[in-house]
Amino acid sequence: MDLKGRLLIASVFCGWLLAPTSAVALDVTIGYIHWVPDQGPVLSNVTPEPEDAGLRGAELGIADNNATGKFLDQNYALESVMASDEEGALAALDDMLKNGIDLLVTRVPADTLRAMAKKADGKALLFNAGASDDNLRISECRPNVLHTIPSYAMLTDALAQWLSMRRWKEVFLITGPTDQDKAWADAFRRASKRFGLDIIADKPWTFDSDLRRTASKELPAFTQARDYDAVVVADVRGDFGEYVPFNTWLPRPVVGTQGMGPEAWHRVVEAWGAAQLQNRFRELAGREMNSEDYAAWAAIRSIGTTVTGISEAGHSNIREYLFSDDFQLAAFKGRKLNYRPWNGQLRQPIPLVHPRGLVATPPLEGFLHPDSELDTLGYDRPESDCRIN
Amino acid sequence: MKNAYKIVTLAAAIGLSGPALASLAYVSNEKDNTLSVIDTETNEVVDTIDVGARPRGILLSRDYTKLYICASDDDTVQVLDLATRKITDTLPSGEDPEQFALHPNNRHLYIANEDDAIVTVVDVETKDVLAQIDVGVEPEGMAVSPDGKWAVNTSETSSMLHWINTETFEIEKNTVVGQRPRHVEFTKDSKIAWASAEIGGTVHIFDVDTIEEIKQIDFRIKGVPQDRVQPVGIELTSDGKYAFVALGPSNHVAVVDAQTYEVLDYLLVGARVWQLDLDKDEKFLYTTNGVSSDVSVIDVEELKVIKSIKVGRFPWGVVIDPTS
Repeated sequence: MDLKGRLLIASVFCGWLLAPTSAVALDVTIGYIHWVPDQGPVLSNVTPEPEDAGLRGAELGIADNNATGKFLDQNYALESVMASDEEGALAALDDMLKNGIDLLVTRVPADTLRAMAKKADGKALLFNAGASDDNLRISECRPNVLHTIPSYAMLTDALAQWLSMRRWKEVFLITGPTDQDKAWADAFRRASKRFGLDIIADKPWTFDSDLRRTASKELPAFTQARDYDAVVVADVRGDFGEYVPFNTWLPRPVVGTQGMGPEAWHRVVEAWGAAQLQNRFRELAGREMNSEDYAAWAAIRSIGTTVTGISEAGHSNIREYLFSDDFQLAAFKGRKLNYRPWNGQLRQPIPLVHPRGLVATPPLEGFLHPDSELDTLGYDRPESDCRIN
Repeated sequence: MKNAYKIVTLAAAIGLSGPALASLAYVSNEKDNTLSVIDTETNEVVDTIDVGARPRGILLSRDYTKLYICASDDDTVQVLDLATRKITDTLPSGEDPEQFALHPNNRHLYIANEDDAIVTVVDVETKDVLAQIDVGVEPEGMAVSPDGKWAVNTSETSSMLHWINTETFEIEKNTVVGQRPRHVEFTKDSKIAWASAEIGGTVHIFDVDTIEEIKQIDFRIKGVPQDRVQPVGIELTSDGKYAFVALGPSNHVAVVDAQTYEVLDYLLVGARVWQLDLDKDEKFLYTTNGVSSDVSVIDVEELKVIKSIKVGRFPWGVVIDPTS
């Protein structure tokens, strides 16, 4: 190439290089607030949940955003608080709002989230990456709260869809004593009606003996019934559920919160490029990525994808784009994800997993929906009172 | 006359214990750690070659004597000698190589290192790493323009095309496209580049002189949910007539008019169609179908699928040796 040609090309390149920088350099700080109440002692403490579940997903989201942002002069930072009680979590929110942070990811219980949403009303957009309670999606929605963690209804619909597809329609339900267990079981009862399952026994878990010694004696008697196709366990914190598989009266599979069950994310998910996300996470955190990590990651990637799309920050701009037709999140689940306009829930396929393998990823073929197959999971528009847009 | 030729090649193939003489397609089987060799005259698998772990991207050297293989889980690029069908060498590739492209100089190999967010440039003769270029998250697709000026990398999670100057090994421009860009294909004259966006469900057409997007193609297949329509591999006929776009889990290949960018037809192939390649006369198109573990053969003139060929598990890439 002659010199003239080189100069010409050089000047054209300069034009390109200037373009993104002469657009606005953007600094986006995202808050992360984490407060998980003590779950109390559990019988099965073999694999405790990591204490930083959620936080590390948020950190990976920031790293992914920056890897993209560096080409567009967009910089992301995370300000995280691991609170030890509800007051601490609410105080952290006050501080962040005062410091002008208007995008936050929360991993807090539903009650705390309600209080936070009120405080942040008109000031910040919250991404719920911790509370699966269905009420937050059907009656108590807030315009400034989006949900990246699936609701109990989404999880149990995924499971019920699969049981229905397998024609394992008669199930034995065991529900633990906590509010979360009851909420999960309520969601499953609703799902069983939607997908034509028959709960032939619906028993609360009342035993307080140490099942590590007596599971093989107690559980066969507890699960006696004429016949059933599967046992469904609702034990969200992982207290007794691990002892149900292989100890049932009849030789039947155990599904639900233990055995094989629905998760937002799990280490066995590897298709659609997920292996790369799992590798990046493992490198960052030194452990496997779980559902809470994924929900926090998806929230921060939603923000990053939006800022890439509109070259602007600010919670109201971002919210507008998130609910527009232009928004689509590539999130390693084999389809583009977006938010339900009526309640702010992130639509997503739900992997059904056992500890060492993936079984299926609802929505399953054949369960139809006029708008999006993903809306066969969770409360659909006509079933929710929420209209946040 | 043509029949007589066929008989001769068949006889030759039977007579020889070594590689056959007919035109051969090589298919990388991601979950079998093998390559399937298909005789494109008979459309049958004639050999299976053991290679490194998780073979994905494959390409032929410009003199058609070697096949380069991204052995992703072995973190290496293997060199297969086509005459002996033996792995003769490995190249330093950086971690988790997935796709790559060879410069027309037959020396500079551009490798996308998916886990490291870099593109590695290796001289295949000296095995020197000439450059490592920072790109976005999960670099995936790699293409070098036929005139050798541009190397384009797609980064899946950053949803960008990175335009790399092949003289300086520096990124000159980044263009944002649909979500999860997968693959780039240049026209023969290097004037137009086609880029697929898997999750976006779109194909983006770029004018290479200005590096501006001039057209976006959307796909709609009757009876297939829109979010299952996921463009991945692209193949262009050299006469400028057609572009074929593999649409992933929709199990269809789109036929696009390469002049008007209008979608002409959708052809039903195997499950999760991934990459595709034309045979030497461009009469037949071969597609890899990951989930059904087979290869579909499309008659280009009739635009009809004429055969499916069972290969190894999760076939990923396919290349056809035009000289064989």
